[in-house]
Order: sequence, then structure tokens, then C-alpha cells
Amino acid sequence: MNAALLRRAALLVWTLLVFTFIFAPIVSTIVFSFNADRFPSLPWCGFSLQWYEAVFADASVQRGLVNSLIVAAATSVIATFLGFAAAYVDYRYRFFGKAAYTAIVALPPTVPVVILGVAMLTFEGRIGLSGTLTGVTVGHVVLAAPFAMALVRMRLADLDPDIERAAWNLGATPWSTIVGVVIPFCLPAILASIFLTAAVSFDEFMIAWFVSGVNETLPVRVLAMLQGQVSPRINAIGALVFAVSMTLVVAAQILLGRNSRRSKEPQQ
Amino acid sequence: MSDAQSTQTLPSASPVTSSARATRLRFAAFWGLPPLVWQLAFFVVPLGFLVAMTFWSVKSFRLTPDATLANWTFILNAGFFRNAYIYTFWLAGLTALLASLIAFPAAYTLAFRLQPATRRFLIFMLVVPFFTSYPVRIYSTQIFFSPQGIINAALHPLGLGPISVLNSPTGTVIGYLVLTLPLVVLLQTFALMNVPKTLIEAAHNLGCGRLRTILTVIVPSARIGLVVAATFAFVLAFGDYVAPLYLGGSKPPTLSILIADQVKSGNHWPRASVVAVIMILTLVAVMSTMLALAYGRRGAKP
Repeated sequence: MNAALLRRAALLVWTLLVFTFIFAPIVSTIVFSFNADRFPSLPWCGFSLQWYEAVFADASVQRGLVNSLIVAAATSVIATFLGFAAAYVDYRYRFFGKAAYTAIVALPPTVPVVILGVAMLTFEGRIGLSGTLTGVTVGHVVLAAPFAMALVRMRLADLDPDIERAAWNLGATPWSTIVGVVIPFCLPAILASIFLTAAVSFDEFMIAWFVSGVNETLPVRVLAMLQGQVSPRINAIGALVFAVSMTLVVAAQILLGRNSRRSKEPQQ
Repeated sequence: MSDAQSTQTLPSASPVTSSARATRLRFAAFWGLPPLVWQLAFFVVPLGFLVAMTFWSVKSFRLTPDATLANWTFILNAGFFRNAYIYTFWLAGLTALLASLIAFPAAYTLAFRLQPATRRFLIFMLVVPFFTSYPVRIYSTQIFFSPQGIINAALHPLGLGPISVLNSPTGTVIGYLVLTLPLVVLLQTFALMNVPKTLIEAAHNLGCGRLRTILTVIVPSARIGLVVAATFAFVLAFGDYVAPLYLGGSKPPTLSILIADQVKSGNHWPRASVVAVIMILTLVAVMSTMLALAYGRRGAKP
């Protein structure tokens, strides 16, 4: 079967090309952040940490990093609480207008961030939030809460609604049930959501660009640097941002993986 | 949310006292209200405010509440807006089509040809790009395609090139593909994985060729996922700001560049709001058309 073999090879080569296209920019960012030469081209000019040193010495980058970390931390806590609450309401209750309720909570990621950014800027300008880190956080929570809701809701799908009902029947209050049963059951998803929403916020640049004003976050600083000339410092920042985000995402993935394995065990 | 009622009320429990009901309501409100209030206050209201602002005017550089249609007539009659609209729509549509076609063989390979462990790993890999700085990826792409970049360096010994795609619509589309391809491959893979294997085997047993199986069995039964993937690609490309600016050279400008320019330098927020509202209306129309296309034909089938 030569034709079948050829077909298989062609498919594999095509898949490889697609993945190359997707990952070449990421890999080259990391590789060239260690390159001694100013202009990223082959051949490789030797290993160097000079761009990282330049980045860490740059006060505006330091400020951006600190701002980004503050915003990401605040966003992850608030968005995860709101996402958990919305997911629990969707899981527990049926009420008039529920579709509209979930839509309002879930829709923000479908709106282009450039539009969210303008809307946030005009609105926050009115209430004195624009140009503040609080303003950036508010926008990031709007964008990140739907992801938290999705993660927790997927986990809740594995929790038999009868368990909570049984607890109520035995005299437990809704409060003690949610604290004693629902939240512990959702804990892996809640932690995963904290990491994931932090990563969403840490990488978000458009809302932050419109709203942050002089309080630039790190991605906004990168956007400003892109407007300038070619600089390997951008690669160094990109690699750093990548390291932070991937740590968060891998942590979330490990939590979710353990989560699904555990939920399968009792069924067997 | 005040009418939030627990449908899971205890069937045979003791009569629910009014204080227990009040506790139940407070409990529901505690979880139900914060997400609603937050998204109303910081998502619905700002978007509503954006719509309201389209009717405001700018008098001596100051925003003034007003009820004028001047911004709408200005934007709708402006040649630069019409050109930008057609250009953005066309490039986003082209991106959705190209991304779908390029992704399909890869998604097919992932869904049908690889070991489950390899597939799981590659699916995880496809999530990675969402958490790497998109502007930095565009910056890398820009360097790849620059005149002295890696692509041209590789083409030169082959007697090809030099190609120049930067500051052109081609550059913009390449950037859009950097943005959309991971998501499209991912969604297509999920769609294809849901195609019943028995259906494919049945087609093969009945003597249906591979290509014909793909076109007449696999694609129709994965249609919803494939259409959703293409729609997401359109939505992402339509609203993107970074690729048209850094790879397209913002000439001609796309709608998102018009918005950013009007807000950041032009300082004419009402006009930018008009563009934004038109973009939202366009996306709603495109999404509902595509979803109708995806779900609609199923009913027509016997």
C-alpha cells in the first residue's frame, strides 16, 4: 500500500508544517533572547544574558512587571469568586431569565478587546477609574470571570445534585453544605481558575493599553517597545512573560488533570 | 435574582418556615448577585454608554452629551470608513477560510491518525499560544519576514525571493493566521473527534473512497464544530489590532486601527464609538448567520 503510506506521510508533514508555523515565533523569541547579536538572524552569535540584564535594569519594565503582577493577583481572586458564584447559580437554580443571566456573565470574551477597551476607557473616565490599576483590574475581571465560570461549571457537572439535597435533608444549612461539600469538591477547579485567570490578565494588553494611562502594565510596555526599533530586549521580556504564564497554565493543567482522575475513581 | 427559587426544594421535608425561606433567598442572592452586578456595571453599562456616546458631540475639544446623528452620518458617509470596513471584512473572511483549510488536514491527523497520548500532548501544546504574549509573537513573525530575516535567508540559496510581505495585506493575513490557527486546529480537532467512528467504518465498508468519506461523511457530521471554528477565526481577525498595525503597516487601516487612532490621537470618541458599535452589530450578524448555517440545515435533512 504505497499510496496509503504516501498519504499518511503527506498528512504528517502538513501537520508538522502547521505546528511549525504556530510555534516558530514562540521558539524564536526564547532562542533569540539569549543571542549575543543585536539583530536576530542566523548564524547564532553566541550565548548572552545581556538582554535580560538590560530588561531588569529598565525601570519602566520593572514598574510594568510590578503593575502586571498586582493586577493579575487581584483579577484572579475576584474573577474566580465571581466565576464560582455564577457557575454555582447555574448548577443549583432554575429561574426566570437564567439564559440572559449566564449570557451576561459569559459573553465578554466574544467582544473584540479593542471595543471593550474603548468602552472601558469612556465609562471609567466618567467614574474616575481610568488611568488606575483598579480600572485595569475591573476590565480584566470582566474578561476573565467567564473562564473561571467555565472551569468550575465543568467540575460541578460531576457533582451529583442529590448529594447537596441529602445534606439539606439531614438538616445542614445551605451555607454549611456549600462550605463543607461544594467548595471542597470544586477546590481543584477553583485553584486552576485562579492560575488561569491570572494568566489571562497577565497577557492582556488591549484593555490595559486603553485604560492604564501612565500606570502601564508589562504587555502595554511591550506594545510601546514594538513601536520603536528592533530590540532583542522584547525577546527577553517575551520569554519572561512566557515563563510566568506557562508556570500558571501548567499548574492549572496539573490540578485539572488530578481533578478528572479523582472524579473517575469512585465511579468504578 | 430576587425571584430566584430553588427548584430543588425538599419534596417531603417539614413545612418550610418563612425564616428558612428568607435564609434560602439570602443564600441565593449572595451567590447570584455579585456576578450579575459586576458584569452589568462593568460590561453591559460600558457597552450601553458606548452606544449612547455615538449620539454625543464634541464641542471645542470637550465631550458634550447630545442627541445628534452627526457622528453616524459622518462615519457612514466617510469614504475612509467604507474602505476600511470592506477591507477588514474581506481580510477577516479570507482568514477564516484560509485558517479552516490549512487547519483541516492537521486536525484530521490529530483526530484520526495519532495515538491518544500524542494527541493529548499536541492538544495541550495548542493551548500554549493563548498564554504567550501575542504582540511578542507578532514581533517574531515580523523579524522572520523582514528583508534580512530568516525566511529570505533560507530562500536565497534556493534562487528564490526575496519576498516582501511586510506592510501589505499579505502581512496582515499572516498575522491573523498566527492569531487564529491554534484555536481553529483545536476546535476542528474536537469536532472531528466527535464524529462517530462507526460512521466512518460503515462508509469504508460500503466502498466509499477516503476523500469521498471526508467530504460526504466526516465534514457534514462535524459541520457545527467546523463552522464554529471558522466563525471564531473571523471574530478574532475582525477585531485584531496588532497584526494589521505591525505586519500590515496599518496601510490601509482596519476598523480597529481607526478606533484606536480616533481615541488615542484624534480624540474623537463619539466617532470611534460609532465604528465600535458597527463592528459589534457586524459580529452579531455574522455569528447568527454562521450558527444558523451550522444548525439550520440539520432540520432540513430527512
